[in-house]
Amino acid sequence: MTHQPLPIQRGFGETLRRDLWWVSPLIVFLSFSAFLVYGTWAAFQNAYYTYGPYLSPFYSPEIWGDSHWALLGPKPGWWPTYVPFSPALLILPIPGLFRFTCYYYRGAYYKGFWADPANCAVGEARKVYRGEKPMPNALQNLHRYSMYLVLVVMAFLAYDAWEAFWWLDMGGNVHFGAGLGTVIMWANLVLLSGYTFGCHSVRHIVGGFKDRLSGQPIRAACYSGCSRLNAKHGSWARWSMFSVGFTDIYIRLCAMGYITDWRIF
Amino acid sequence: MTGEYETVEHDVLVIGAGGAGLRAAIEAASTGVRVGLVCKSLLGKAHTVMAEGGVAAAMGNVDDRDDWKVHFADTMRGGQYINNWRMAELHAREAGARVNELEAWGALFDRTPDGRILQRNFGGHKYPRLAHVGDRTGLEMIRTLQDHGIHQGIDIHMEVTIVALLTDGGRVCGAFGYDRERGRFHVYKAAAVVMATGGIGRAFKITSNSWEYTGDGHALAYDAGAALQDMEFVQFHPTGMIWPPSVRGILVTEGVRGEGGILKNNQGKRFMFDNIPDNYKSSTADNLEEGWKYVTGDKNSRRPPELLTRDHVARMIMREVKEGRGSPHGGVFLDIAWIKEHIPNAAEHIKRKLPSMYHQFMQLAGIDITKEAMEIGPTTHYVMGGIRVDGDTQMSTVPGLFACGEVAAGLHGANRLGGNSLSDLIVFGQRAGEHAAKFAKANKKYTIDPAQADNAARAALAPFDRTTTADGPFQVQEALQETMHANVGIVRNDADLRSALATINTLREKAANVAVRGNRNYNPGWNTALDLPSLLTVSEALTRAAIAREESRGGHFREDKPDKDPAFGTFNFVITKGADGEMQLKREQIPEMPANLKAIIEENK
Amino acid sequence: MDASSALPTENTREQTFRLWRGERDEGEFQDFKATVTDGMVVLDVVLQIQAEQANDLACRWNCKAGKCGSCSAEVNGKPKLMCMTRLDQLPANEPVTVEPMRAFPHVKDLVTDVSWNFEQKMKVAKFQPRAPDAPDGTWRMQQADVDRVQEFRKCIECFLCQDVCHVLRDHHKHDEFIGPRFITYVAALEMHPLDTADRIPALKEEHGVGFCNITKCCTEVCPEHIQITDNAIIPLKERVVDQFYDPVGKLVKIFSRRSTNT
Repeated sequence: MTHQPLPIQRGFGETLRRDLWWVSPLIVFLSFSAFLVYGTWAAFQNAYYTYGPYLSPFYSPEIWGDSHWALLGPKPGWWPTYVPFSPALLILPIPGLFRFTCYYYRGAYYKGFWADPANCAVGEARKVYRGEKPMPNALQNLHRYSMYLVLVVMAFLAYDAWEAFWWLDMGGNVHFGAGLGTVIMWANLVLLSGYTFGCHSVRHIVGGFKDRLSGQPIRAACYSGCSRLNAKHGSWARWSMFSVGFTDIYIRLCAMGYITDWRIF
Repeated sequence: MTGEYETVEHDVLVIGAGGAGLRAAIEAASTGVRVGLVCKSLLGKAHTVMAEGGVAAAMGNVDDRDDWKVHFADTMRGGQYINNWRMAELHAREAGARVNELEAWGALFDRTPDGRILQRNFGGHKYPRLAHVGDRTGLEMIRTLQDHGIHQGIDIHMEVTIVALLTDGGRVCGAFGYDRERGRFHVYKAAAVVMATGGIGRAFKITSNSWEYTGDGHALAYDAGAALQDMEFVQFHPTGMIWPPSVRGILVTEGVRGEGGILKNNQGKRFMFDNIPDNYKSSTADNLEEGWKYVTGDKNSRRPPELLTRDHVARMIMREVKEGRGSPHGGVFLDIAWIKEHIPNAAEHIKRKLPSMYHQFMQLAGIDITKEAMEIGPTTHYVMGGIRVDGDTQMSTVPGLFACGEVAAGLHGANRLGGNSLSDLIVFGQRAGEHAAKFAKANKKYTIDPAQADNAARAALAPFDRTTTADGPFQVQEALQETMHANVGIVRNDADLRSALATINTLREKAANVAVRGNRNYNPGWNTALDLPSLLTVSEALTRAAIAREESRGGHFREDKPDKDPAFGTFNFVITKGADGEMQLKREQIPEMPANLKAIIEENK
Repeated sequence: MDASSALPTENTREQTFRLWRGERDEGEFQDFKATVTDGMVVLDVVLQIQAEQANDLACRWNCKAGKCGSCSAEVNGKPKLMCMTRLDQLPANEPVTVEPMRAFPHVKDLVTDVSWNFEQKMKVAKFQPRAPDAPDGTWRMQQADVDRVQEFRKCIECFLCQDVCHVLRDHHKHDEFIGPRFITYVAALEMHPLDTADRIPALKEEHGVGFCNITKCCTEVCPEHIQITDNAIIPLKERVVDQFYDPVGKLVKIFSRRSTNT
C-alpha cells in the first residue's frame, strides 16, 4: 500500500513538547566535542603520557615509543617523516572505532551531532534519510570486530592498572605501593570494563544469539551479567569516557609537573 | 435505498473479535469455508485483553489430583447447579486441549520448574488450575489468537457495528451494520452467524467494561427471535479500583488474592472469616495460617475465605461498607503487601507475579501495592446470562445463529468462577466455529430481504433528522446506568426492580427522541445513540428476570428474599420477543443430569 | 458505594484543553474549558468534553486501564496513552494540547488510520514451532527461556513507538520499514524457544531494520516499559550481523559445528 498523506508535518525543531528537549542533545554535543578536542590534542602531544608507574590509557598499549612501556621499542626508522607519529595515534583508533560504532553512541550522536532526530517527536531538517541500511552507514555493523580488538586493549589496561602498584625507588628497587593515580587507573578500569562487558555485541556473543540458555549455567550467568550491565550501557559509556579522559589528564598534569601525585602508601 | 450498501458474502460471519470470536473464526476457516470477522473496535482490543488471572483448565500440572471431573463439579457448585450441565462437562473436558493448542500457536504461559504450564489458585477452584502469564493472561490469549488468525484467510472488518441480523424465514442469513470511520452501511451475507459480542457492562455505572459492551449481541439475537436465558445473573467483581474517581471500576485481578492478598475492613480485621457459606465450609480454611499455607501451594491446606466465589465476596464487602466498616472512599482494603511477613523479597515477588497491578496502582492511584493496601470495591464485570444455546453445537434457538463466550448463556449458571471465562472462550469458540461452518455448508441457500436492510438503515439514520433539544445520547445512557446501578445492582428488591423497569420504559422514549449532531464520519454521539436500543433491551431483560427470580442465588441477591429457594433450582428463566414485540418471560426446565455427572458432583461435594 | 461522593474530592479547577478537531487534511486546535481534578486522566476529560460539549468529538478508546492500547495520542507534544496520563503530571496552569498520532493518516479529531500497522504484521512470517518433544504431545520450556520473549509479548499494540519513530513520522518510510512495534514482534518470534523459522533475511531487506538509528524514542514512549531498543532491535541487528556481516564468526561456527538453535 502506498502510504496516504500524513497530517501536518512539522519543520525543523518544531514540536509541541513543553520540556527542555534540546538540553540533552546539546549536552551530548558539547561533552563529546570537548572529549574529541582534548583527546586529539593529547594524542598528538606524544609526551607526558607516563608518570611513575602510570601509563595514560590514551597511550596503551604503546607499540612503538620512547617510554619503557613500548612493546617494540622506539619509533621505527622507516616511519615516513610526513606522517605524524604518536603512540596514541596507533592505538586510539581501536577504542575510537568501538565507541563510534557503539549502539549507545550512535543513538546519541545521531541526535546531538546530526539532529536526525534532534530529539523524540521534534521536527527534522532533512528530507532524505537512509538510516544504516546502505553503505557506508552499514559499516556500523562492524561494531563486533572493534569489540574483539577492544578486548585486547582492555587486557593491556588491566595490566597497566596492576603495574600502577609497583614503584621504582631511588635505589632501583621495586616496591608495592599506591598513589592517587593508582586509584584513578583502577576506577577507570572498572568503568571501562562495565562499559565493554555491557556491550550489546558482547551480550550477543556470550548468549544472546541463542534462544535457550537453560541447561547452560555458565553461558546463562555470562549473559545475565552482560544484560545487567547493558541495561545501563549509556551511563557506563558516559562515565567511562569521562574517566578515561580524566585519567589521561591526571597523569599528564603529574608528568608536566603541574600537580604532584598523592602517594597513599 | 436498496443497493446503496456495500455487500460482502461469507459462509460464516463472526460478530465480535475477542477470544471467542477469534477462536470461532479460526475454527470455521480451518474447515475451508469463507469466514468474515466483524469487530466493533480495532482487532485485538476486545475485552479479553482485560482478563488478568488466567485460563482455567484441569491439566493437573501443579496438583495432579486435579482432573476434568473436579473442574466440572467446581463449575456446577459455583453456578449453583442451574448451569447447562452439558456445557459444564464439555468445558471441563476440553479446556486443557484448547490451552495446549494456544501454546502450539505461540502463547507463552508461565512455567513450572519441570517446564510445563504453571497453574495458579483462584476463587472457587479446588486445585491450582489457572494457566497464566503474570497478570496479563487475556492479552496473551487474544494476541495469540489474533496472530494465528490473521494467517487463516479470514476477512476482518474492523470498527464495524452490527445493527441488525438479517433473517430468511426464521433462519439467520447475514447481518447489517455500519463502519465507524465513514458511517457507510454494509450488508454481510452469511449462511451462519456466530455471535461473540461479549457482555453488557455498560448498562451499569461502575463497570470494568469499555464503551463497547452494550449488549449488542444479546439484543440482536433477541430481535432476530432467539431466546435469552439467565439474564438476572450479573457478576459484580469484588475487587475494582474505587479511588481516584476516574479509575472507579477498573479491575483488580483476583490473582492478587490468589497470591495471598487479604481483605480487611477499616478496623484492620479480616472479615471474610466471619461468614463462610455452608457448601464451602469443608473446603475453606478456618484460620489465618492455613489460608497462607494454601496460597503457597500446601496441598493439605484449605483455601482462605478471600478465594470464595465472587458473588459472596462482593456481598461481604458491601456489608462491611453498609455497616460502617468500609474504607474512606466506600470500599474495603485489599492487602498484598502483608506477605512480607512470610516471605523475604516480597516486593520483588509481588512485582513479578502482579506486574500490571503494580503499575496500574502506581500510575493511576499513586499507591505502591508492595507497601500499602489497595482500596477496592465491587464493579460490574460479567453477565452469566445470554443467548440460550445448545450445549454441543452452540446454536441458538434461531437456526444458523450461534453464540459463544460471554454472550452465550449456560456454562456459568448463577455465578461464574474466575478463570472459567477465558476457557469458555476457547472451548465454545471452537465448537461454535465448527458447527457454524457445518451449518453453513449444509444450508447454503437463502434469500436476503432488502427491506430488512432498508429498515435498519432508516432507523440508524433517524437520529440525524431529529432536532429535539432533549437529552443527548450520552445523557440517556448515563441515566440508564444510574438506574441500573441503584436498582438492579448487587443488592436488589422487588420495589427497586419495578421502579427500574418503569424508568427503562421512560428512557426508551427518550432514546427514541435522541438527536445527534455532525456527520456520519466517526461520530461517537451517533454511535452511542445507536447503542442505546441494545442497552435498553438487555436492561429490561435483566430487570424482568430479576423480578421473577424471587430468591437469592449466585450473582442475583434479593434482600427481600435473601435465601436460596430449591424450587428455583430446577429451571432457567428464558426471555423471548413476543409476536406483539413485548418481552416474554418463561421458565424452562433444566433437563435431568445423567447419572455419571450426578455421581461426580456427589463425589466432590 | 456512593458514600464516597459525599466526601470532599480533590482540588477541583478549570483547565483549558486544546484538542485537534477536523477531518483528514483539514484541522485546527479548538479550545474547551473543562472542570477537572488532579486524579483525572486526560481521557476522562476528553470523554467529558465529548459527552457534554461535543458529542461528535472522535476519539478511540476501550479499556481505560492501559491494557488495550486504543487511546494513543500526543499530549503536550508527547506520544501517550490518554488513559494513563494523569493531569497532575501536566502543568496545571497551561492549556493541555491533545492531538492525534502524527505518523498515521488522519481520520477525524483524535483518531488516525492505523491500518498500516495491521498490514505490517501480515508481512512477518508466522510462528512455526518445532515438533512437540514431550510424551504428552506438548513441549517443556524453562521459565528462564520464556522470560525474554514474555517481555515483548507485553506489547499492547498502542503503536506509540511507531508514532514517535522518526523513520516513519518524519521520513515516511512506511513502505520500507516495519517500525519498532513489528521489529519487536519479529524478536518475540525469533527468540521464541519453540520457533524454527528464519526471519533474519527478511528483517534485513523488506522489514528494513537498518533504518533504525537507535535513537531510542520507541523505548522512551512505551507504556509497557518494554526495552524495545536494547532487548529487541539491537539483538536482532546483531543476528543480522551474524548472517550478513560476520564471515569470521560464521566460519568459527561452521568449524565448531555449534548448534545455534535459532
